[in-house]
Amino acid sequence: MAMNRREFLKIAGFSTLLGLGGKAAFELLAPGEIEAAMEGIPLTAGKKWGMVVDMTKMDERIMDEAIKVCHRIHNVPKVENTKQELKWIWKETYEHTFPGQHHEYPAEAYHGRNFLLLCNHCTNPPCCRVCPTAATWKREQDGVVMMDQHRCIGCRFCMAACPFGARSFNYGDPRKAPEELNPEFPTDMTYPTRSRGVVEKCNLCAERLAKGQIPACVEVANKIKKGALTFGDLADKDSEIRELLREHYTIRRKPELGTGPNVYYII
Amino acid sequence: MYDGWKIIVGLVIGVCVLLYPFWPSAGKWDAKVPEPELTARAKEAKECVEPKSYIRTEHMKLLDEWRQEAVRDANRIYKSSTGKIYDKSLQNTCMECHSNKSKFCDQCHNYTGIDPFCWDCHIEPKEKT
Amino acid sequence: MLEKAIRGSQTYWGWLIFLLLVIGVGAGNFIYQFFEGLKITGMSRDVSWGLYIAQFTYLVGVAASGVMVVLPYYLHNYKAFGRITILGEFMAIAAVTMCILFLWVDLGQPIRVLNVMLYPQPNSIIFWDMVVLSGYLILNVLIGWNVLSAERKGIHYPKWVTPLIYLSIPWAFSIHTVTAFLYQGLPGRHFWLTAIMAARFLSSAFASGPALLLIICFIVRRFTKFDPGKEQMRTLASIVTYAMILNVFFFLLELFTAFYSQIPGHMVHFRFLFAGLEGHGRLVPWMWAATVFAVLALVLLINPSTRRKEDTMILGCASVVIATWIDKGMGLVIGGFTPNPFERVTDYWPTVPEVLITLGVWATGFFILTVLFKVAASVKEEVAGY
Repeated sequence: MAMNRREFLKIAGFSTLLGLGGKAAFELLAPGEIEAAMEGIPLTAGKKWGMVVDMTKMDERIMDEAIKVCHRIHNVPKVENTKQELKWIWKETYEHTFPGQHHEYPAEAYHGRNFLLLCNHCTNPPCCRVCPTAATWKREQDGVVMMDQHRCIGCRFCMAACPFGARSFNYGDPRKAPEELNPEFPTDMTYPTRSRGVVEKCNLCAERLAKGQIPACVEVANKIKKGALTFGDLADKDSEIRELLREHYTIRRKPELGTGPNVYYII
Repeated sequence: MYDGWKIIVGLVIGVCVLLYPFWPSAGKWDAKVPEPELTARAKEAKECVEPKSYIRTEHMKLLDEWRQEAVRDANRIYKSSTGKIYDKSLQNTCMECHSNKSKFCDQCHNYTGIDPFCWDCHIEPKEKT
Repeated sequence: MLEKAIRGSQTYWGWLIFLLLVIGVGAGNFIYQFFEGLKITGMSRDVSWGLYIAQFTYLVGVAASGVMVVLPYYLHNYKAFGRITILGEFMAIAAVTMCILFLWVDLGQPIRVLNVMLYPQPNSIIFWDMVVLSGYLILNVLIGWNVLSAERKGIHYPKWVTPLIYLSIPWAFSIHTVTAFLYQGLPGRHFWLTAIMAARFLSSAFASGPALLLIICFIVRRFTKFDPGKEQMRTLASIVTYAMILNVFFFLLELFTAFYSQIPGHMVHFRFLFAGLEGHGRLVPWMWAATVFAVLALVLLINPSTRRKEDTMILGCASVVIATWIDKGMGLVIGGFTPNPFERVTDYWPTVPEVLITLGVWATGFFILTVLFKVAASVKEEVAGY
């Protein structure tokens, strides 16, 4: 994780509080204390979130678990027409993750190997530039590229603009997705589904960040193999993520386009 | 009247079409005034996020403000006028107490002919039938 | 003047009723799409724009027919076009209406469309597209209606219309430029990421718009007593010719850049369109057909004898319309999305409901066009004393 001891304790404290059934816990404390602490987003304000995918530690199982947990806690369904699939985080082979980078004589370990892909939460996102209603925008506080499903008109301009194919569209009603493919749907009762006709993508677990938790994919990956996925504050030069970037050579997808992706890959 | 029949027939059709909003409730004019039921949990809590008189008339506006502030302003903490703090969440705050949607929310909504589309995305709590 | 539209021959009413039937079928399918979602179309996660946006892109060009008649008359005093400016303006109204309808049926949440006005985002090109298209529609309605009204009364149109007419000229150029900007500013879509996209849009617009207008002029001459005029039609044909030459030339420029540089990211989209990729090649025969029609158009239109003879003139114009419809429609949109950012190929082909909704929107446009042209032709007949 990206924080120092003080922040870790803050997070642990709030997580416990919120783990006690949300508002009930709040009611136990004097209003004044909480108010003082709860202005804005206490734990994410002033941050610049980034992620490092360490391919030297990553394996198929970690990737599968990360995808599973993300799609479970966000109620992402499997639809019958795979061409219209919905995915917030997924696997792609090396050649297709970095098109234009590969050559005829690839290293054996990387030839056809799966990488983990998700929205890069770019510093200069073209998707936000093109959205006509600001249904997607880059949060000033911490750089998360957010989605507002209440406002999205489903024009799919953002999907055309994203050079990374990170966005999915609900061509049909996600609640009408076939039961055989989605036996427990909705898989998480504390999070909404989407309606038909809106775009969705990884939201960097904004609802978890608000409670002081790290994204679910990172949490699950670290449980299996510490350091496979690292999440942290790129603006803090003493953070773990910055240390990783200093010590290891990292590449990003399509950097020449200037979108400033914030997901780095250690090869 | 010249073309009298055409005018009368046209008028009748026109008036019927104008009364379109009332078609779905035809024949149901003796419907009972709704009596929303509180769950045991709601009764225990004694008060809602805001006082009942305010909440009854303003909950739509409140939810609209919540969704704007929670999603767009990343401000998920609500400080109620009663002094308590709540999470701005329809699913996790409101529906935690009022988990009997069909006996609570739907009672008034159905009576007044309102069909809020919140439930297209936000998940209704499972009710024991 | 609308009363002119409710009196007409059997053919006129037959055509309108046929159009209404097509509109009905389209509307029914749209209701089906409204409740089921866009999953009933052939669009996918990779090819997220399809037939609807292809038609929208093409029709923005057709709406240019207005300015190609208005510009010579008002800016260069080419008196001959005075008779037919109204036809150009009315066709622009029908075309822009179709554009707006195609955009609307393509939305995932159509009833939220007003969000584009409620939450304006000047950084988004769609916002500007909404501004310029709505503005152009309003301009053409105001100008067309007032000018025709005045003609009927035998007086000069009111003075306030004049600045609007002059405004409509650069405004027409702006609708193509802005629509081209939708495509040419997207990083990662190398088929579209070229400065010449706006120039290509303008040249294909000034070819296809007047070509379609010319064909409709022939129909007007055939079915009403209003004759747009031989000289007018010849000049229009010349405009179409020059514009088509430019259009084909710009396309060849694109081919050069892609294939001389040998950059895979640039070449691959052309390969997909003209040869197919990884076994996906449904668009290949269409693109080659567009090429054949483009060549035929140039041969028929550049050669003065075939350009002046009416039947070959019409054939040349029809070839222009077909070639540009394929190239600027499906060719442009699907070619841009395939292959996707991961260099994977996902097939796209419109489904039956998608095609029926498309036909419904086209029929709506032709309905508006027929009604407006009936009004215009009838007024001109009335003024001429028929």
